[in-house]
Formats: sequence, C-alpha cells, structure tokens
Amino acid sequence: MRVLLVDDEKELVATLAERLEMRGIDATWVTDYRAALAAVEKEAFDIALLDVRMPEMNGLELKRLIEVRRPTMKFIFLTGHGSEEDFKACSAESGRDYYLIKPLQIEVLMAKLNEIAHA
Amino acid sequence: MHEGLKRFKPGFLDHHDQSSGMYKSLFNFRLLWKQSIATTLAVVLLPLLTLAVVDYNISKEAMESELLLRTSRLVSNTRRTLTSYFDERKFALNFVTLDNTYDQLLDEQRLKQLLENLKSGLGVWFDLGVIDHTGIQRNYAGPYPLQGMDYSGQDWYQKLSYSDTDSYHETISMRSNISDVFLGFRNTPHIVISVLHSNPYGLDWLHYVLRASLDIDRLNNILSQMEVSGNGDAFLINHQGIIQTPSRFYGDILKKFPLDVPPVSDRTQVVEGHDRQGRAILIGYAYITGTPFILMVIKQKDNLMETWEVAGVKLLLFLAGSVLAIVAVVVGICTYLVNSIYQADQKRLASLHQVEYANKMASIGRLSAGVAHEINNPLAIINEKAGLIKDLFTFRQEYASDHRLLGLVDSIIGSVDRCATITRQLLNFARNIQLNVQKLSLKRVVDDVLEFQTKEAGYRSIAIDVDIPPEIPEFFSDRGKLQQVFINLVNNAFAAMQDGGRLAIASRLSSDGTHLITTVSDTGSGIPAENIKKIFEPFFTTKSGSGGTGLGLSITYGLVKEIGGSIDIESVVGKGTTFIITLPLEYHADKGETHARTVG
Repeated sequence: MRVLLVDDEKELVATLAERLEMRGIDATWVTDYRAALAAVEKEAFDIALLDVRMPEMNGLELKRLIEVRRPTMKFIFLTGHGSEEDFKACSAESGRDYYLIKPLQIEVLMAKLNEIAHA
Repeated sequence: MHEGLKRFKPGFLDHHDQSSGMYKSLFNFRLLWKQSIATTLAVVLLPLLTLAVVDYNISKEAMESELLLRTSRLVSNTRRTLTSYFDERKFALNFVTLDNTYDQLLDEQRLKQLLENLKSGLGVWFDLGVIDHTGIQRNYAGPYPLQGMDYSGQDWYQKLSYSDTDSYHETISMRSNISDVFLGFRNTPHIVISVLHSNPYGLDWLHYVLRASLDIDRLNNILSQMEVSGNGDAFLINHQGIIQTPSRFYGDILKKFPLDVPPVSDRTQVVEGHDRQGRAILIGYAYITGTPFILMVIKQKDNLMETWEVAGVKLLLFLAGSVLAIVAVVVGICTYLVNSIYQADQKRLASLHQVEYANKMASIGRLSAGVAHEINNPLAIINEKAGLIKDLFTFRQEYASDHRLLGLVDSIIGSVDRCATITRQLLNFARNIQLNVQKLSLKRVVDDVLEFQTKEAGYRSIAIDVDIPPEIPEFFSDRGKLQQVFINLVNNAFAAMQDGGRLAIASRLSSDGTHLITTVSDTGSGIPAENIKKIFEPFFTTKSGSGGTGLGLSITYGLVKEIGGSIDIESVVGKGTTFIITLPLEYHADKGETHARTVG
C-alpha cells in the first residue's frame, strides 16, 4: 500500500511516515501542496493523508486538485481542530467518515488504512 | 423588628453599597428617601399649617371683636335707658318746683298731694321734703318724722347750694343732685334726688331744695331684664367702687367692688381683664352723666368663646387627621417609588454583572480555542516522536525487554492523550455549533441520558429518582445539547457523591407556564459559598489529580445559554447540591446566547 502524507509540520509528517514504514506501508511525505502535486504526478498512491489546515492551500482544496490527476485515489483528512465544520467538510469531501483528529493513535490510523484498502 | 413586619420593610433601607466603579449604585437610597419625604411634606404641610394658623387667628380676632361690639352696644343701650330714668325723675321734681310757689310747697296737704301724684305717675317715691336756704327741712310728706331736720352740714346739700357747676349738674338752670344708694332711716336701699329751686332775683333766702327719696327696685328691674350672655353680670357701682345694685358674682349691695374702678370716660368702653380667679373677662362700662353711677357689664370670656372653641377643637382634630393621612400617604408613596428605583437599580447591576460574566466567558472561550489549537500541533509531534521511540524499541527488539523504558514511553503517550482530551474539550467549549431545534419530551431525554449511567449507579449503589410528571408538555429545544447538559450534570453529581448517594431529577412548570424548571440534585459534598461564583468558569475544578479538566460545568453553562435557558445552583456543604435549569417551552432564536458561536 502506497500512502502520501501531506502536512506542513515536517517533524510530524516525517515521524509518522517512518512509523508507517515500520508497519510495512510505503509512505512518502511532503510538507506543501506543490510537493504533493509533484509527488502524485510522479507516482500513483493508493491513499493520501491530508492535513486540513495548511498554509497556501488547505487539504480539501488539495484533494480536489489531486483527484483531477488521480481519480481513484482515496483520502483521509487529519484535523487538529476537531470542529463541527471540519468534520462535516471532511465527511462531505471524503464521502465517508475518513477523518482523524490529531494527535492520532497509530493503531486507529492503521485500522482506517486497512479498512480503505479493503473497501 | 418583628418577623412579619420585616417582609414589608423595603430592601433599600438595609442596603449597603460595597461595590465601586461601574457596579456602584447610582443613588444613596436612604438619603433619597429621606429627602423626598422631607421635601414633599414641607411643600404640602407648610401652606396647610400656615393657612390653619392664620385662619385660627383671624377667626379668633373676628369673634373677639364681635364680642366687644355686642357688649359695647348692650352697655350703651342700657346707659341710655338709665340716663332717661334719672332724667325723668329730675325733670318731674323740677316741674314741681316750677309749678308750685314756695308757700304752696310749705303747705302740708299740698305736699302730700304732690307725693301721691308722683307715686301714681313715676313709681315708688318714699317721701318728699322741702328744705330752705339754711338747710332746715320746712315741710315733709312721708312715713318718717323728719320735719325740722337740719341738712346744712351734709355734703350733698353744700355741693348743691354753693357750687356753680360740677359733674353732677346738667344745666345751670336746673341744679340737681342724685345721691349714692344708701340704707338711711328706712333701712332699705334707696337713692335721694334733690333739685335746687333758684330764686330768679338772686336772693339766697328765697332758694330752696326739693328733696325726694326713691326705691331702687325699678333700677334693679331695668338691669335684671338685660340679657347678658356669657354668664354675664350687669350692675351699678359708684365712683368710689361701692356696688349700688345687686350683682350676681361681684359682691352684695353696698360692698366694695372687688376690681379696680374703671377710668373716667365720656363714652361707653369695653376692656378686657381678669377677675380675681384669674379668668379672662370682658368689662363694659359707662359713666352715667349727672349721677354718681357707673354701669358695669361683665362677661366671662371663656364662656362666650366656648362655642367657638368647640368648633376650633373639631377643626384641629380634622387638621391633625389630615396631617396624619398626608404623612402616611407621602411616606408610603416615597417608599414605594424609592424602592422601585432601588429594585430597578439592583436589576441594572445584576445585568451588568451578567454581561460582564458573559464577556468573560467569551474571552476565555476565544483564548482557550487559540491555546488549544496552538498546543495541539506540538502535542501531535510529541505523540508521534514518542510513538516512534516505542516502535523502534518494539520493532527492532533492541529494548523490547526493557519494560522500564517502554513504561516511560507509554507514560509520555498517556500524558499526551490526557493533554489531547483537554484541548478537545477546550475546542468543544469554544466551538460554533448549529442549533438543531425540535420538539422534545423531557422524560425521553432524561431517560436516554440515564440509560448510560445506570450501570455506574448500580456499582456504586447510587439511587436515582426521576420525577417528571406526565403533564409536562413537549417543548422545543436541541436534543443533543440538552442531552449533553444532563450528561454533564449527572457525571458531576456522581463525582460529588460517595457510594450510596441519591440523585434526584425533578421537573415542573414555572408559575406563568412559559418555562420548564428542572432540578438535578445530589446528596454529595456540596460547594462552599466562595466557590459557587466560580463554578461555571472554565478550568475551575476541585477534583485535584483525578483527571477533572474543569470544563464540564462551563460547557454546561454555555449549552444551557445557547438553548435560551438559564442555570442556577444551590448548595449546602455536606448536604448536597442542586442545579436548577430553566428552559423556555418555545425556543426563540434571538433569545439563545450567541457568545459561544462567535468565539469558535
């Protein structure tokens, strides 16, 4: 399973990627939308983990751009805020309840990834 | 003060303003109360009392001058009557001297005939005598042997014979004299009238005096027939102050008049004075010209003023009643008005406090959201780093058996999780949530909430009483928020109680039927008074070290405000705490608190 992690917090995204690698997931991480778009251009990922709140372009807008290039890709949103609008927007955008609240528990993330992979 | 009376005591009387700045009362209520009462009473009572006093004086003066006038009229009428009485008799004697020659008068039979004629014409004459120029009585008709009596040494005879004019003489042509009242030989009070017949040729030896004595009964009749009001008394005294006719109150005839003889005056006079008992009297008097007499009319002033004083007392009582009524009404109205202002002011202060509290909560909400958001990212990083350390230990087997290290990492992750719970609750507290208003049954909402709690209640032997009468109507509110409110309150109650406590939820309609009042009571430890004010503030907690975030009740407060209700608390330390939630039956969007929405 190939996963793209996008979050403006490098420390977070890099560590998370390393932990996923340890669990046998091919994880690539980037910290802004340009790098993210470049990555999806280069490779086909199964799932993208997008932070909702990022500078320049938020996760929801980024998802729409990525979808143009990779229509079959699945998305999980990460939110630090946990507000109702974020939940609603994420649900609407991902089609299902694919959003997680930071700080996240790795077991929950793994369960979500497996669920999407086998969906 | 008696307990029952205390209820009527207006609140401002005990008010002591301890606040300052914007929360200070606008007025000093006790001063305002006193001033308004004093001013109103002064404005109302001063003119009333002034009028009463002025009217009292004017009517008293009018009454007194009326009395003086009446007395004066009575005295002068009586004086006229008396004057004509004496004149008639003097003129009658004078007529006798003119109608008869001296020789005729010396005839005994003729003199007897004249006495009889006078008696039949002018009342009771005792006797009639003719006295020659030497003072010897030459002829006498009457009951006593007075023939040959020598009167030359007597005062009245000398005055009549030798003086030209004095106060007793009315005219030069008729010299006459009227004596004081005396008892004389007859031992009955009588007066003597003497008329001098002057010889037209100026020959002294041809002068003679006609002398007659008179009973004073007629005089007494004239005086006793007078109607003297006010327990009055009318009588004659002479110039020496000897009483000449009977008096009711001032002594017997021929006794000394007890008061001073009034000063000589040509006219009728009325003066005020006091009798020997010190009572006020009106003395009307007149010197009767040509006689030694002074007519005295004395009235008791108290007696005369009595009717006026009775009326005066009635008016005074009416005035006192009016003043009392005015004072009562003024005090009542001022108290009512000042108390109304006081209550309005208290409401203003309460509103200011509420506004301040709401602002404080809003500021705290904004701050909390900011802090939570900023802390959340570093927390996520700590979480991932700690997670990676744990992964490294477990996946690479290097330290997998070092339980102490793994324990440390788990502790870090556990702490991060606790922090995350706090930031989530903070964000919950501050977040903006749409209301979803629907028709609800309170019973259903409470039952749903308790369903989750029955297990814990069972473990801890906590009894739960729910008293929601079936007549409580369905109402409009947000189910989720209301559930959250009850969950928080029930959790709070459980946390406050020892095992074996009792939780009671009861509901009733407000007296005006527009609100639903629900109480959630526990038998827990209670909240000290100093903590009650802060109980709804975020981060206020007494559950030290047991994982309380201090947000539960502040979130509850915000939720109740959002659905347009209010929450109050009553607590007794050691007995328990009751939360009172008042909710409107109809939800009006504009009444819900909006501060929580604006801070998300």
